[in-house]
Amino acid sequence: MPEITLIEGIRQAMDEELARDERVFVVGEDVGPRGGVFRATLGLFDKYGAGRVIDSPLAELSIVGVGIGAALYGMRPICEVQFADFIHPAFNQIVNEAAKMCYRSKGDWTVPLVIRAPYGGGIGGGLYHSQSVEAFFAHVPGLKVVIPSNPYDAKGLLKSAVRDPGPVLYLEPKKGYRLIKGEVPQDEEVLVPIGPARVSRAGRDLTVLAYGMMHHYALQAAEAAAADGIEAEVIDLRTLYPVDRSTILASVGKTSKALVVYEDNRTGGYGAEIAALLADEAFTDLDAPVRRLAGPDIPAVPFSHPLQDWFMVDAHKIGQAIRDLAAY
Amino acid sequence: MATRVIMPQLGESVVEGTVTKWLKKQGEPIAEFEPLVEINTDKVDTEVPAPAGGVVLRLYVGEGETVRAGTMLAVIGQPDEAVPEQPGQPAAAAEARAPSPSEPRPPAAPSDLGFISPVVARIAAEHAVDLGRIRGTGQGGRITKKDVLAAVGSEPTLAAPAPWEQPALGELFRPTEEVFGASGEAQTMEPTMAPPGSLLPLDSVRRAIADHMVLSKRTSPHVTTVMEADLSRVVAHRQAQRSAFQRDGVNLTFTPYFVSAAVEALKAFPLVNASWSDRGIVLHRGVHVGVAVSLGEKGLIVPVIKDADQKSLRRLASEVNDLAARARARQLKPDEVQGGTFTITNHGISGSLFATPIINQPQCAILGVGAIQKRVVVIDDAIAIRPMVYLSLTFDHRILDGASADGFLARVVQALQNLT
Repeated sequence: MPEITLIEGIRQAMDEELARDERVFVVGEDVGPRGGVFRATLGLFDKYGAGRVIDSPLAELSIVGVGIGAALYGMRPICEVQFADFIHPAFNQIVNEAAKMCYRSKGDWTVPLVIRAPYGGGIGGGLYHSQSVEAFFAHVPGLKVVIPSNPYDAKGLLKSAVRDPGPVLYLEPKKGYRLIKGEVPQDEEVLVPIGPARVSRAGRDLTVLAYGMMHHYALQAAEAAAADGIEAEVIDLRTLYPVDRSTILASVGKTSKALVVYEDNRTGGYGAEIAALLADEAFTDLDAPVRRLAGPDIPAVPFSHPLQDWFMVDAHKIGQAIRDLAAY
Repeated sequence: MATRVIMPQLGESVVEGTVTKWLKKQGEPIAEFEPLVEINTDKVDTEVPAPAGGVVLRLYVGEGETVRAGTMLAVIGQPDEAVPEQPGQPAAAAEARAPSPSEPRPPAAPSDLGFISPVVARIAAEHAVDLGRIRGTGQGGRITKKDVLAAVGSEPTLAAPAPWEQPALGELFRPTEEVFGASGEAQTMEPTMAPPGSLLPLDSVRRAIADHMVLSKRTSPHVTTVMEADLSRVVAHRQAQRSAFQRDGVNLTFTPYFVSAAVEALKAFPLVNASWSDRGIVLHRGVHVGVAVSLGEKGLIVPVIKDADQKSLRRLASEVNDLAARARARQLKPDEVQGGTFTITNHGISGSLFATPIINQPQCAILGVGAIQKRVVVIDDAIAIRPMVYLSLTFDHRILDGASADGFLARVVQALQNLT
């Protein structure tokens, strides 16, 4: 089985879906001949033409707005927002239009739309190329929020997202685009359902809950902690909304300790919701406080490299938190 | 986690139910919300759905047995879960099973134990473990989950009962006492001299009605006020519309007119659509009108027309038909006999001119409708013959005073007389 990168999984997913269904098209800044700023759409323009791989103006509101209109018209658009940092002009379209359409029309209309956006820091991107935006959107019923952590899920979740009848925000951990590699079968269809989380490492002493790049680091940290005799169970949430409560509660019911890891600012970050869920529903299973390890509450990921390192949660910091919680 | 299935409270004054049929056997798998058991009470027959999915671990009540609402009927869980022999409170069961320690050692005071986490507290309670005898290995000597589990493993205790999940939410699954609070018993005057005669045993409907009537009379200071209404327009309207309604399969009786008039007055006098509480008078947002239906010797039942203020005369008529028919066939669903905010009783059916009905607690008032009779009335100093009805309103004098109650009743009369 060949090993591919996370971004290659994304590219293959779009390639296969474009070939499978002629209603599928890609729209975004520089997605055409250039193949996307990260090369996620490399070769697709040549293969499917300018009518299905469309360069858009530099206006995220219109990229998503066009996508919603096309989706209502029966198309299956994949909108690329070049950096999640720039998704905010489209917030109104996503939250007020795409997410509410089905509810508002009593199910008569749905918006089968995928919005792809690279997110996250640690790449020297500074204030406007490092943000984590999932918490804003995982608050919105009517919108599914998905974040893959490996090439297999990246491919399988994106293909499922394209086939989903509702709007899906698909956030891509861009630091892991080429850093994270994994085996993905090339001779069979890879589909990963939206919804279920995955226990990516079994353990008995505590549960680490993470997604995206932080899940990658959490696995590394758990392996390192095993050398000290600490067996951490790691859960890759994969779908943030709607979240897989039963997998989370079953794991914490077993280990009785939970560490929630997220890269975003600590206050009001997505992991806060997981912590609240555990406090609410796993209280009598808990043997320690639910811990959060997250980015500091400062306005942005700093550009300066030493400060960026200070901001970012990494495998070392997660390892320390695992040891502290195991010792509690 | 095992889940308890509890005998639901099927109706406001029904305190017990009979298991007529188990739809699943012990050991059979069941999905959440799948029908589990058929319950019969004197007011309704219904199926109780499973509050959780899993396997039916144990049935505690046999078919044909009658038990009080709130009694545990069954346990649903995973195949290997332990269940208690007797339906009882798990905490009490654990206590009773606590082994007497061979060494007489006073249990440590809670403050000596350091921090006890929720899971440690839970395991200790389930296994009746004395935490004072466990050496903690956690931070600052805290007793960890592993410590207490190790202690449980070494203690000669019986198999632990499965941890209890909260029963599913919803009125249907809540124990009666939680819903209504413990109610006081009615005072009974035992006859001092046994007169010659025979004793008629009480069935549960008779007892439930008796309890509710005594409770109501003891709770609210009842006052009844009576007015009469000229039903000329109602009679004419009914005559004109009857066949049109009939074509739609609706039997147009007088009851929907009284419901409609009461609704109009309730909207104008929200204090009547209310309940007394010690914190204040609770004004109900919805207008849900109960209509008493006689079941002959089997007592009576009060199905409720929900959101009666949102419904047309035609809709009220068809719901009155439907609820009355199903009440007599004892096919009402539990939520169709609950949640009323006002009640109408049509005692005129049996010839009564006016009556002093008893308030259906915890409502504020009840409207009695007497027999409709043609009577001689004086209108503009002329003698006329009109279809007349006496309307009796019994109200809770804690909430309403005479003037406002009369204002309400006058509004009912006005609505009936000015029907367009």
